[in-house]
Amino acid sequence: MHDIATSFINLDAITILYLFGVGFVGGLVSGFIGSGGAFVLTPGMMSLGVPGLMAVASNMCHKFPKALVGAMKRFKYGQVDVKLGLVLGVSAEAGVLYGAGIQEKIKATFGDAGSNLYVSVAFVVILATVGGFVLYDAWKTYRSGNANSEEKAGKLAMWIQSINIPGTMVYFESINARVSILFTIPLGFATGMMAATIAVGGFVGVPSMIYVLGAPSLMASATELVIAFVMGLGGSLKYALHGMVDIRLAMIILAGSLFGIQLGAIGTTYVKPFMIKVVMGVIMVIVLFSRGLMVPVYLSQLGLIDKLGDTTVKLLKTSSFAIMIFALLLGAFIVMRAMWQGRKAERLQHAAGALEHGEV
Amino acid sequence: MAQSIIKKKPVGKMLVMGLISTALYALLLAKQDEVNILFGKGSWYAFLPIITAFVFSFVHGSFTGDFWTVLGIEAARKKKEVR
Repeated sequence: MHDIATSFINLDAITILYLFGVGFVGGLVSGFIGSGGAFVLTPGMMSLGVPGLMAVASNMCHKFPKALVGAMKRFKYGQVDVKLGLVLGVSAEAGVLYGAGIQEKIKATFGDAGSNLYVSVAFVVILATVGGFVLYDAWKTYRSGNANSEEKAGKLAMWIQSINIPGTMVYFESINARVSILFTIPLGFATGMMAATIAVGGFVGVPSMIYVLGAPSLMASATELVIAFVMGLGGSLKYALHGMVDIRLAMIILAGSLFGIQLGAIGTTYVKPFMIKVVMGVIMVIVLFSRGLMVPVYLSQLGLIDKLGDTTVKLLKTSSFAIMIFALLLGAFIVMRAMWQGRKAERLQHAAGALEHGEV
Repeated sequence: MAQSIIKKKPVGKMLVMGLISTALYALLLAKQDEVNILFGKGSWYAFLPIITAFVFSFVHGSFTGDFWTVLGIEAARKKKEVR
């Protein structure tokens, strides 16, 4: 455990503005796809000198109030399945605890480099498979010209919905079907494990709700906010019990992210559902490259490959962080652009309607 | 009958919540040393950061929501079909 008294960094105006800005962009993306931002915020805080655990704890403590505000906003738009969010959220909490336990064991056995390597490999494998698939699916929808049509549950989701296991079936509004909780529990658990490992559970939670359970993209991304709230609240309490939360950092990030999450949530009402997949897929694939760059660094620290020079390590670390920031900014740009176009289209439609009815 | 619905913008509420939010942040930063010591104690003091987060999310969340509304950035008027 860190010495708490010496763990709190000094805050100056630049640091506050930096945290506010990253919080805003992270919030914007979270409001839209249900998660995101944490993969930049945690290393971002560490780059300011915040100890790793305190950065994770403070990130968690800004995440749950942000997710709460986002979930409430999107609930107003009829996009949140509270029951599904709570069911997945509870099993995700168990996944977080189990994932954190694995992390601690790896750290105790292989040290910091081993733990970092595990996180990076998990990032690369998960993001390559899930992110690649999400992006491919979004591309397929765009190319098919069906971007405006109703989203249909895939074959896997239809199969899952067709299985009846007496005593375990629960009706979920977002899926409009009864699904056995024996399927939802492992999905929530995996989401929690990912949250504990790569800090972004939504990269597993949202795609699993869409492709495994058959929820529409908009509802899946909104419901993820409920899961993030449950996970974030439990995680924050766990870290706060050890005095690890720097409430100043958490609240400054929250200040920016609440502006962002409101805007991101509003954005979902203007876009075609497949845009959720586009933003999520693009971020996942870019972050994959960012983490991939760090794999040789950790391999070298563990002595599994030849030692890398200091300049090379510095270059790889800087490039990795820059790519991560780029991923978040690109995601935010796509959200803003899609929202701008949606608003423009709506204004034109209203103007045409008003002309038609002679209201001008 | 042509009827135009003009929604009143929540300027007053935004200003009140904005002021409370600013005061909360000013207090947090002004008393940061005391806050760090108290919140860093852990154990039962763990509820302090949690309660703080809820209070800030309520006040600042309300302010930011109204902020975009006052700027005219609101959800699409036509209810979106999510399915």
